Amino acid sequence: MAAFTLKINGQARQVDVDPNTPLLWAIRDGAGLTGTKYGCGVAQCGACTVYVDGQTVRSCSMPVSAIGTSEITTIEGLDSKEAKAVQAAWVALDVPQCGYCQSGQVMSATALLSVNPTPTDNDIDLAMNGNICRCATYVRIRAAIHGAAKSLEG
Amino acid sequence: MTVHDTKLSRRTLLKGSAGLVLGAYVARADKLFAQAAAKPSINIAPNTFLIIKPDNTVTVLCKGIEFGQGPFTGMATLVAEELDADWAQMRADHAPSNPQLYKNLAFGMQGTGGSTAIANSYIQMRQVGAAARQMLVAAAADAWQVPAGEITVDNGVIKHASGHEGRFGEFADKAMAMPVPADPKLKDPSQFRLIGKEGVVKRLDSADKTNGKAFYTLDINEPDMLTVVVARSPKFGGKVASFDATAAKAVAGVVDVKQVSNGVAVYAKGFWPAKMGRDALKITWDDSKAEKRGSAELLQQFRGLSKTAGKLVKAEGKFEESMAKGGRVIEVEYVFPYLAHAAMEPLNAYLKWDGDTAYARYGCQFPTPDHMAISKVLGLPIEKVKIDVLLAGGSFGRRAQQSTHQAIELAEVAKAIGPGKPVKLVWTREDDMRGGYYRPYCIHRMRGAVRDGKIEAWSDTIVSQSIMKGSFFESMMFKDGLDPTSYEGSNEIPYDVENFRCDMHQVDVGVPVLWWRSVGHTHTGYVVEAFVDELLEAAGKDPIEGRLALLSKKPRHAGALKAVAELADWKNYKVPAGRARGVAVVESFNTFVAQVVELSMTDDGPKVHKVWCAVDCGVAVNPDIIRAQMEGGIGFGLGHILYAEQTLDAGAPVSGNFDTYRSLRINEMPEIEVVIVKSTEKPSGVGEPGVPPLGPAVANALAKLGVGRPRQLPIVPGASA
Ligand code: FES
Ligand code: FES
Repeated sequence: MAAFTLKINGQARQVDVDPNTPLLWAIRDGAGLTGTKYGCGVAQCGACTVYVDGQTVRSCSMPVSAIGTSEITTIEGLDSKEAKAVQAAWVALDVPQCGYCQSGQVMSATALLSVNPTPTDNDIDLAMNGNICRCATYVRIRAAIHGAAKSLEG
Repeated sequence: MTVHDTKLSRRTLLKGSAGLVLGAYVARADKLFAQAAAKPSINIAPNTFLIIKPDNTVTVLCKGIEFGQGPFTGMATLVAEELDADWAQMRADHAPSNPQLYKNLAFGMQGTGGSTAIANSYIQMRQVGAAARQMLVAAAADAWQVPAGEITVDNGVIKHASGHEGRFGEFADKAMAMPVPADPKLKDPSQFRLIGKEGVVKRLDSADKTNGKAFYTLDINEPDMLTVVVARSPKFGGKVASFDATAAKAVAGVVDVKQVSNGVAVYAKGFWPAKMGRDALKITWDDSKAEKRGSAELLQQFRGLSKTAGKLVKAEGKFEESMAKGGRVIEVEYVFPYLAHAAMEPLNAYLKWDGDTAYARYGCQFPTPDHMAISKVLGLPIEKVKIDVLLAGGSFGRRAQQSTHQAIELAEVAKAIGPGKPVKLVWTREDDMRGGYYRPYCIHRMRGAVRDGKIEAWSDTIVSQSIMKGSFFESMMFKDGLDPTSYEGSNEIPYDVENFRCDMHQVDVGVPVLWWRSVGHTHTGYVVEAFVDELLEAAGKDPIEGRLALLSKKPRHAGALKAVAELADWKNYKVPAGRARGVAVVESFNTFVAQVVELSMTDDGPKVHKVWCAVDCGVAVNPDIIRAQMEGGIGFGLGHILYAEQTLDAGAPVSGNFDTYRSLRINEMPEIEVVIVKSTEKPSGVGEPGVPPLGPAVANALAKLGVGRPRQLPIVPGASA
């Protein structure tokens, strides 16, 4: 066990875990933030997506000891205008079914729109194909990303 | 062919006999449950279903579990319609485990499945809303001293011409204490403002499922709680021979290690130490009773059997005589793999046991049997056990456990460490995927004959494991010793064929199996629709015209087919070069779905570009949720027929995660158009019926493209992500 101070959503959080603990479990069990989900543990599904210094990361596959002073953003700390547009579009189209993958979907979609305000279908495929949705809400995810892009234009 | 025979699976429970089974099962159990069984009356008491707060919010307690298919929104729609509530004031939550109050009227016990949520609640929940409205009006009439008949309710506002006006919150306490009207009057469908209307009802759970607030079992984090992972036998049926926990106990954060009947449980402060501790266990397994056959051996056995006649399920006309007359005779074999459900949230559950009472919280799909299982393991009277149902990250059948294996394991791990230590049992993705309870492995051998452009003979020999064998469903659901969920859809084809036979070999394999989104129809729908297409092709008929000509007694199949033909402009549409289209129509759970698929071939297998879908589910309560379930069903069906299989290596399941159990991803999702067929029939379910037609529609499009109909699934074998 070792103590780490993680900067999560702008707040310093102490977690006392083994250095090899994946960031995901430090966030969930250590810091008590449960919006970030576990789906596979092997960087296949994207349910655990967070930002580390603004970059999307599969938190299940990054050890907490590798974080250092980097800024971590989870779904709970998402507040950019892109995030708000994405979340509004998600609700407008009733995208979620079971909802379990959707924190990760929203994180990835927000990251996409932050760098590419007018993504094509192909851009969406590339940015989103690391996020599995077993309920297959993909049609609406795609439409909602286009919808969010449109609302940001306005 | 009786109506009864065509609607098997969990849906059969609707038709009476199975309700009795579960009633009997429940009655055996305990006083509380016996009351539930003995009282067939339908509970419509608003104070058991509604929480009306002073802030005027109306929370509907949903009998079934919400795991994406939409019952929260559906139940609230039914209540709000008759209550004349404003949609903005509606909320929903899960009802706790209590079979007396919250039984699924289709099952006679509390549980979700068979796409029954709306079907079994359509009248009941409207009556709850109508009763509540009447009681609120009576309370207002009393307060205002005006005749109840002069009071109106509109969009959550109660009014009287004298100028009195109020909202639900202020009359709720008084109203809920009033006697419940026995037979509250329901609206005529022409007066509906919410049911079936576009755009007025939005899902109640979308916002929380978009901002991380939605609360699932994995998110439980109570003080003093221990996270538990269990090491289970790599082979089904293996037992712990001996184990050494020294290294596991040395892992920081591990609190204890205990043997349970299913394996060895590691208790820790958090998931990661629990998993590390489990990795450090040294276990010797006793495989003497374990299943040791691999997939190749099963294929050989099943294939051999499929070439012999099985136990007769149904025969009409003279099949063998007709076949002997020759013509175009076709014999084909279809092989279906084991499939994991792989719901996004792996199995997990929480239990707090203090020695005298137990409180479980999890995404529980069958509360009644789970409740009994927990009571039994802990030796507690049933009323000392409470289950709260939580949102679940999908199920697709996996959480509907007639074996109650997860509830038993949960109670055992709590018992093993002793009272006063709350446990959260977590299955890893690998545990979930290698843990069995798969869609059964099965083979269909189809034989048919076409003469003079007419399908003269049809037979289907099924080789499959039974889903219900050994469970409480077996005693009354089985017919002539066979499990109807293995042949549902194959025994009753919708098409007019004079000489017909369906027979089955029910095979025992030591791999636990379970219903998987749309149950038997996932494979019977595939073979019936691929085979009719192949025979029609041999007969020189158009796939849609040919089917319609054989559907003289099946107007709803024909209706769905016509609707999809129109949506996809079947006659005039110009299929782009390099692409082809295929069609299929399948009835499951009383819902009729027809789909047209357009695809091309790529190096990575078929690429489905578009799916047109027509659905007839009776009265459409929430059109947008119906569309969402069709979209989801199509994606779920497509991912599995293209890529997914669980294989066995000397009895041990091979795929443990999404790297080898490939899931559909967004770049593989087709464009989808859905039309809902207008209907005044009773509403039926939509959670499962979107799945079955997709596979055969793909197969038929591939045949049209010249690739041939895939005979062994998945279509892209050995696929990894
Ligand atoms: S849990 Fe991290 S990618 Fe699946
Ligand atoms: S909404 Fe269920 S997994 Fe995506």
